[in-house]
Amino acid sequence: MTSQLAAARPGVDADPPLRAGPGGDPRRARRRLKAFAVIAGYLTPALVLFGLLVLAPIGVAIYLSTYKWNGLGPPTNFIGLDNYTRMLGDEVFLGDLRRGGLLILLSLVIQLPLSLFIAVLLNRRMRGRAFYRLLFFAPYMLSEVITGVLFSLILAPEDGLANQILAAVGLEALQSSWLSEPSTVMMSLFMVMCWKYFGFHMIIYLAGLQGIPKELHEAAEIDGATRWRAFWHITLPLLGPTIRISVFLSVIGAIQLFDLVWVLTSGGPIHSSETMAVTMFQFGFKRANIGYGAAISVVMFLLSLIFALAYQRFVLRRDTEGAITTMRDQR
Amino acid sequence: MSLSRRSAMILAAATLALAGCSGGQGDKGEAAGGASSGGGKVTVEWWNISTAEPLKSFWAKKVKEYQAAHPNVTIKNVPIENEAFKAKLTTVTQSGKTPDIFTTWGGGVLKQQVDAGLVKDLSSEAATWLADFTPAALSAYQFSGKTYGIPHDIGMVGFWYNKAHFAKAGITDTPKTWTEFLDAVKKLKAAGITPIALGGKEKWPGHYYWAYLAMRIAGLDALKQAAVDDDFTKPDFVTAGAKLKELVDLQPFQKGFLGAAYGTNNGQGAIMGNGKAAMELMGQWAPITQKDNGKGLGDDLGFFPFPSVEGGKGQPNDAFGGGGGYAVGANAPAEAVDFLRFISNKDSLSEAVKMGAVLPVLKGGESDVKDPNLSVVAQTLASASGFQLYLDQAYPPAVGQEVNDSVAALIAGSKTPEQVAQAITETAKSE
Repeated sequence: MTSQLAAARPGVDADPPLRAGPGGDPRRARRRLKAFAVIAGYLTPALVLFGLLVLAPIGVAIYLSTYKWNGLGPPTNFIGLDNYTRMLGDEVFLGDLRRGGLLILLSLVIQLPLSLFIAVLLNRRMRGRAFYRLLFFAPYMLSEVITGVLFSLILAPEDGLANQILAAVGLEALQSSWLSEPSTVMMSLFMVMCWKYFGFHMIIYLAGLQGIPKELHEAAEIDGATRWRAFWHITLPLLGPTIRISVFLSVIGAIQLFDLVWVLTSGGPIHSSETMAVTMFQFGFKRANIGYGAAISVVMFLLSLIFALAYQRFVLRRDTEGAITTMRDQR
Repeated sequence: MSLSRRSAMILAAATLALAGCSGGQGDKGEAAGGASSGGGKVTVEWWNISTAEPLKSFWAKKVKEYQAAHPNVTIKNVPIENEAFKAKLTTVTQSGKTPDIFTTWGGGVLKQQVDAGLVKDLSSEAATWLADFTPAALSAYQFSGKTYGIPHDIGMVGFWYNKAHFAKAGITDTPKTWTEFLDAVKKLKAAGITPIALGGKEKWPGHYYWAYLAMRIAGLDALKQAAVDDDFTKPDFVTAGAKLKELVDLQPFQKGFLGAAYGTNNGQGAIMGNGKAAMELMGQWAPITQKDNGKGLGDDLGFFPFPSVEGGKGQPNDAFGGGGGYAVGANAPAEAVDFLRFISNKDSLSEAVKMGAVLPVLKGGESDVKDPNLSVVAQTLASASGFQLYLDQAYPPAVGQEVNDSVAALIAGSKTPEQVAQAITETAKSE
């Protein structure tokens, strides 16, 4: 800490006596050693767990992805990168990428703006505000499996609740087989996703909105700004960091989507709602082709990792400035 | 941050947890190792899929009886739902362990487990009582002359139909040939009745059609040979797909069948049980599922075997189906086999048959079948000229799943009969 503080102040930095090399002062060296021991002591259990439960499985997955292996006995049939080249010609896997992209796009264009809209509404003084907040947040608290079972009943092809309601209000024309038709399944799936997760993004936005000082809006009002201008020039820019985080969570969530799809459609009909995670599960657990399943999981990991790093580097940079970045820059 | 991290963690945790379970029994197995008569405390872990009545309480009762007679043995009875069981067993077997006794359907999966040295060879240990079982019931568990499983149920797939609907559509006799069958479908449609219920979300119910057509057209031996040669491109297999396409083109299935499950309250079984479709191609458990998830048809329910195909090479009374059995883990204590014998003896199995829970696997057991529908199944089975195990069980998992997948695509209209034959062949060759 001391040296960093010193580095931050050029005047002090130039002072030669403070730049004594390591070990120059035995008392300080002892103190540093002690501090190191304490840090090591606190860190070891977490590092061991992290290594065993996170790093080791990733390593094992990479290792297995180079074998053709049915999961029984030790893997012996080394095939190099064949599992990865196979992916390039695998219609289902390429379809997974397209469908993942579609879900991300829909999330960003429909789900997040919707969440923001509701958050802005619920940030105003109104009767029953807490009740509405709870109401909209409730779907997020349900488990994915319960949501899946619930909607597979609601969206049942013939006499599901959705179709019955449509019939009751005279909208028979809008009735659909929802999850049972390759052409409608992705939209139905997105609807369920949207219902499930918009409350979560709404809560994040609400928290962000509450961090915006009221004075700014009051000043804008005095200056005669319309509501829309105030939203566009005050709310939105100040909500930037929150929005960037929510976009990040949304994209990662779409890449790892599994449970909801599995319960709703198992990836069908004929793979038209399959995601990478579902394909991975199919090969790993149903077809006993662990090597290929592992290769898919490695690709998912790399996609997430590259996205996360790029996003941190280019988008989240401003938000984390002064926390991580400046410390490194000044060292 | 990423799924693979999360999934890897889940996988690792699941493996650890499951390995923990089975590891526990392994230790106990060692403790008991060979000293079965020593009277030391032994735990036998038994994974089965009997989560529904009447088998659930029947097995629980048998466990109590056995434990009362053998105070030193604890039977840990673990009923697990079918799909969950498969996923769970896959995970433990990958860690090189198995429960002491576990449900198996024989075929390709059991063969892989046997090849990995995970399953006990019961040929000599059970030689005296294996002779009581019918050859058809045992066939799924036998490889190169050795027996690796004890059957407790055997059944076959056939058409379950609603007599009232057939009468309403003016169908006087059950169809004997594929042409008659297609005719019946047309008549039912004309009468405003959904001809067939199908759970398209789960792909296995659909593969029955292709498998039976392949059996009728190409014959049992050709089907077995195809698996050996990894070649399903022979014209007969393409014809099987083409015949199925003839049926699909009549649009015989209920609305939204591609998304329908089998055993849920709006799935294939429920649609049949609630009288909303005239027939379904399903195994001997169909009446139970129809009643569990729907109202059940009572006396209106009938059964007829899969029709023959004109000019086909297969025998018209070859049966397609499978059963259920139990395999014993390679390291299981001797008590595991003893308990298995206890639940597989004549009294026990005959009681289970009388309850209508299973069909007879013991020679001459047909007379125990009370239910008229199941009696027809048991009789048909007893007189079957040949027997083919479900294709998704008989073949290695990847090939079996490809059969299910491709046939599902054919039924959905996105694959041609040629492409189905091609896709199955490609997967078989890559195994």
